[in-house]
Amino acid sequence: MSAVSERPPAGSDTRRPRASPPGIAATVGALLRKELLVELRTLESVPGMSLFAVTTFVVFHFALNQNTVSGDEAAGILWVTLLFAAMLGVNRLFVADQDQGGFDAFLLAPVDRSAMLLAKALALFAYLAVLELVAVPAFGLLLLAPPLGQTLPDLLLVLVLADLGIAVIGTLVAALAVQTRARDLLGPLLALPLLVPIVIGAARASSPLLVLAHPAEVGGPPIRWLATLALYDLVFGLIAYAVFDFLLED
Amino acid sequence: MTVLATSIPGSSNNGYVAAAYIVFFAIILIYVAIMALRLTRVERSLRELDEREQHARQEETHQTRERETV
Amino acid sequence: MSSRTFPPEKRSENPEISPQRSSKRELRGFRTDTQHGRGLRTLSIATVAAIPIALALVFFYAPIEAEEGFLQKIFYLHVPLAIVTLCGFVLGGLMAIMHLRTRERNWDLRSYVAIHMSLIFGVGTLITGSIWARGSWGHWWVWSEPTLVSFLIIMLLYATYQPLRFAIEDPERQARYASVFAIVAGAFVPLNFLAVRLSTEYLHPRVLGSSSNLPAKMAFTFFVSLVAVALLFATLCSYELTAKRTRMLLKARSRILGFR
Repeated sequence: MSAVSERPPAGSDTRRPRASPPGIAATVGALLRKELLVELRTLESVPGMSLFAVTTFVVFHFALNQNTVSGDEAAGILWVTLLFAAMLGVNRLFVADQDQGGFDAFLLAPVDRSAMLLAKALALFAYLAVLELVAVPAFGLLLLAPPLGQTLPDLLLVLVLADLGIAVIGTLVAALAVQTRARDLLGPLLALPLLVPIVIGAARASSPLLVLAHPAEVGGPPIRWLATLALYDLVFGLIAYAVFDFLLED
Repeated sequence: MTVLATSIPGSSNNGYVAAAYIVFFAIILIYVAIMALRLTRVERSLRELDEREQHARQEETHQTRERETV
Repeated sequence: MSSRTFPPEKRSENPEISPQRSSKRELRGFRTDTQHGRGLRTLSIATVAAIPIALALVFFYAPIEAEEGFLQKIFYLHVPLAIVTLCGFVLGGLMAIMHLRTRERNWDLRSYVAIHMSLIFGVGTLITGSIWARGSWGHWWVWSEPTLVSFLIIMLLYATYQPLRFAIEDPERQARYASVFAIVAGAFVPLNFLAVRLSTEYLHPRVLGSSSNLPAKMAFTFFVSLVAVALLFATLCSYELTAKRTRMLLKARSRILGFR
């Protein structure tokens, strides 16, 4: 789906002959580098998200009045916390672009607009990865009954699959919400129902991984849920890709 | 509602079935009522529009008459 | 729903540069009422005929079910409402695709009305489903009925449709973003159903009975009820569309007159 040769970006004349515009990979790379650099310098999303997650675990301890959790409960607490922390990141994803004119600059460039979707989604994925680097060990330390070590690889797989979905949906919703007046409220409201299938898949998949069991009995996560996650990620990725261009027009 | 239900001969669940269908029709009726309210509002603005147009036309004929006499 | 949804276009100084924004063009995009009204009359007559027929069938023709008894009659109301609601949401998504493809505001209007009406019918679905659950299971809400759960999630999602629309002031952008939302949400509907069904399947048997393996009389009654509810949906949508268009024509005309 190419927008470069068929539809010139609004407000610019790209019909003059020039060297071929940068391919989508290069564009995504440049945008992603910018995103990560900005985040590294301003540190406005990731530390907040991580701190929020750890604090939420503490709140859960008091709310549930339990010292340790395992199984379904543990999966539930972990995923709810990760989800709400992700919402914080989603809220901030496009704010800088919106407020400082980054959108206009991007629209004037003769590049495929889906590059922004890919770059932002990858950036959000990176933020989620760092979030989980902090949150999952914290969870293991504070609330989790069984040790994390034995099921860690499987848990990582679940995390990656779920993060892909959260990244795609989060980017799409962030782009939708950033232009509205109540963007901080609408973002999570839009995202959470869309993320329910991911919560279903992730929680069901990680629940057997967070259970006290003998090392010999530890089985892998049910394939059914991993497949659900992967399929959902794929379908939503395609939808987001098809629809994202329309959000960036001016 | 359960008292109502059991008082009707036939089945103790009559009340629930009736409630469900009543809710359905209530929603439809509420919608019709809202639309009726909006219709009256539209008719009122139409009337105002007509009056304004007539007024504007009268003004125009007055002005052209004045210009002719000058 | 109110005139807030389609705020007046900003008048441009030079109609040639942005012809879409001159009010003449605006009026040209929309059909006159009489053309629309004709369809409305047939639809409403059909609906007025279908609903009593369906009701008569439900209460006098369909046999009483063995397991659930009289309570099962809610099935003929709840399930058609659910089906029509879901189809309405998906239709809203399809119309939104047409809007993004053709950029005709008519499609956006239709998409909005379809989604709005589906929201109303969805509330009806949830209420009747809840009443049914209360009657047959004793609780006003059951997590083990996947249809109800999916519906709750979908309604929570579409409940953000109007706040999203009203939070965007530029009318063209509002229509565009609403269409994007309608498409994403419309695609989400079947996905959500699958996901929820997967998650509840292995826990409890269906509480509210399934619609497969219906005896002939019941199947016929169900079909007629479905047609009746679908007709009602179409009629109300047509009604709402006509009302909206009339209001827009009125507003456009009053604006023209205001500048004389």
